[in-house]
Amino acid sequence: MSTATLPKGAEGGPVDSAENSASHLITATIRIRRFNPEVSGEASWQDFRIEIDPKERVLDALHQIKWEVDGTLTFRRSCAHGICGSDAMRINGRNRLACKTLIKDINPDKPITVEPIKGLTVLKDLVVDMDPFFQAYRDVMPFLVTSGNEPTRERRQSAADRERFDDTTKCILCAACTSSCPVFWNDGQYFGPAAIVNAHRFIFDSRDEAGEQRLEILNDRDGVWRCRTTFNCTDACPRGIEVTKAIQEVKRALITRRF
Amino acid sequence: MATDIELTGTSGADAYGPDNPAPLIEAPRARTARTPKATRTNFELYGWLFMRLSGIVLVVLVLGHLLIQLVLDGGVSKIGFAFVAGRWASPFWQTWDLVMLWLAMLHGANGLRTIINDYAERDNTRLWLKMLLYTATVFTVLLGTLVIFTFDPNIR
Repeated sequence: MSTATLPKGAEGGPVDSAENSASHLITATIRIRRFNPEVSGEASWQDFRIEIDPKERVLDALHQIKWEVDGTLTFRRSCAHGICGSDAMRINGRNRLACKTLIKDINPDKPITVEPIKGLTVLKDLVVDMDPFFQAYRDVMPFLVTSGNEPTRERRQSAADRERFDDTTKCILCAACTSSCPVFWNDGQYFGPAAIVNAHRFIFDSRDEAGEQRLEILNDRDGVWRCRTTFNCTDACPRGIEVTKAIQEVKRALITRRF
Repeated sequence: MATDIELTGTSGADAYGPDNPAPLIEAPRARTARTPKATRTNFELYGWLFMRLSGIVLVVLVLGHLLIQLVLDGGVSKIGFAFVAGRWASPFWQTWDLVMLWLAMLHGANGLRTIINDYAERDNTRLWLKMLLYTATVFTVLLGTLVIFTFDPNIR
């Protein structure tokens, strides 16, 4: 197969000649925040200069470094296609998924900084301890609660009722929103946007019966009232969820419930 | 650098295993005896609402206050003992200043309370900063209220 017949923008296949595939490679500097507690208690920056296709993703650059340059580089990734939410990291100062960020979109002329997400304990390199994040998630009871007999087939719901919480069903629990929240950075006790988004998903579900309990949990000291509406979470969400809007809807539900 | 570190844990005296389990790292959010109990009150809700409502009222009160005191009718040069005495002879201005004092002090104190909650890292620091804040707030509010109601224009 000739490369000329490939559609524009397609990746060079294995039959590509070396010169052909090398022609569109660029040299990019990936500046990674390294931390290894077995070597040093201090984190430090390390630069890697690699040849890479600008249409590749930051995750591909990390793979290339780990597989070809420095095998000790540690990061999480599972599906590598923006669904599992494993590889949220701070790229050029913004929380993004490494698997959804193209090199060409983040100005490869300058060094590309890659750091672990903030507000959670760094274990090694780009891997953070996600336990507090998932604990907050568990605390809002992210599961269907019902009473009475189970229906024989399915729990029916109108399209309009489903639409009510459609936005918040998209969450992949990557922690990009929670770790971009300045209130969460302060003491880590705030439930954080992700937990509130997942509470929202059930609070506004017509089939669920524990909305009151979830509202009660989020009404407390570390609940929605600590939100400062800075919109960092909405900016950070790789799924485009309107996180701040969801938090505001929970606040409104709490107020209308009371008055 | 990583080569001299035992990674497998199968040999050496410190190896973790069924008889020597690895130390358990507790999740920061985990419930412990020291975790504050859920309050089950609407205090934070009322605090949040109060900030919004008092803010709206304060825009009118404070801007009106500044306009009258600093701009209209000769500006700041007119302010003196007689000016204040004249204003506080009227119950309307007494009420205006009283409401402004209470709302501004409580609004500011609640704002500072949230900032202290956010930024004070240790429990003791947080406690003492809030004690200081509440003391200052109560003192200012009570002193101001006392002055507004007991102001004597014939004092000498």
